[in-house]
Amino acid sequence: MKTDRMNWFQWSSPQTFYPLAGKLIPWFACVSIVCLVAGLYMGFLVAPTDFQQGDSYRIIFVHVPAAWMSMFLYVVMAGWAAVGLGLKARPSFMMAQAIAPTGALFTFLALFTGAFWGKPTWGAWWVWDARLTSELILLFQYAGVMLLHASIDDLRRADRASAVLALVGVVNVPIIYFSVRWWNTLHQGASISVTAAPKMAATMLAAMGVMALGFWMYSAAVTLMRVRCIILERERHASWVQIERIS
Amino acid sequence: MQWNSLNEFLAMGGYGVYVWPSFGVTALCMIWEVLILRRRHAAARTALNQSVASAGVAS
Repeated sequence: MKTDRMNWFQWSSPQTFYPLAGKLIPWFACVSIVCLVAGLYMGFLVAPTDFQQGDSYRIIFVHVPAAWMSMFLYVVMAGWAAVGLGLKARPSFMMAQAIAPTGALFTFLALFTGAFWGKPTWGAWWVWDARLTSELILLFQYAGVMLLHASIDDLRRADRASAVLALVGVVNVPIIYFSVRWWNTLHQGASISVTAAPKMAATMLAAMGVMALGFWMYSAAVTLMRVRCIILERERHASWVQIERIS
Repeated sequence: MQWNSLNEFLAMGGYGVYVWPSFGVTALCMIWEVLILRRRHAAARTALNQSVASAGVAS
């Protein structure tokens, strides 16, 4: 009896989280698709051509949301890592583990689309500018967290070690964000600022916001998809996974 | 809307060669991520059901 209760307590979180995540995914996916379709419509058909950069500026509608998500997801990953370390909660580590690949993907996309914007705007695919360099370091940080987790066989040690690495690396996020202010960089300043009036036309701003919301909801959906995979793979010997019909 | 024809839209004022790869690669990456996750989930489920089935036979 005692072992039964212990077992139930031990597995309760992934057990309840797995079906909950499954129910949430379609909602996030639907909102994401609606936002992305609306954002692309606004970005390509409503927003006017920029008087300085011509139509090359339209890359902003993927570049800025991807760059925001790359930083935001890192902070969320570090947050789950901190909760995991503080509470010794396996589901928190699983969330951190599930976020890393999507964060890395958006970091790559921010760099890739940035290169395709930099070439026509600056005349170079890449410059060793503070903003670009710190974003490239962010990609290596994501890779480091994932590789460290994959390289340690003992899952509890892998969870803790990669969580510590993720937490230490969070210091780079404000460096990326403020790099355009702290250093005299080639990269343009923030597109949106809390303190200053928007530098863009309202339709451009709206399209960028809707695209960012779409990327955000997409990230939520794929993170939950991945955490469900991780739960099944890691808890496959747990009784609830064995007993329940997994859908 | 400022586009008079499909060709004009695709040309993106001469920047089509930069704009379309940016959006195309982003779309491909996002679709690819969803597809590999669906495959990974299906594989995890199959492996589980097989292990449950073999455990059932053994006992």
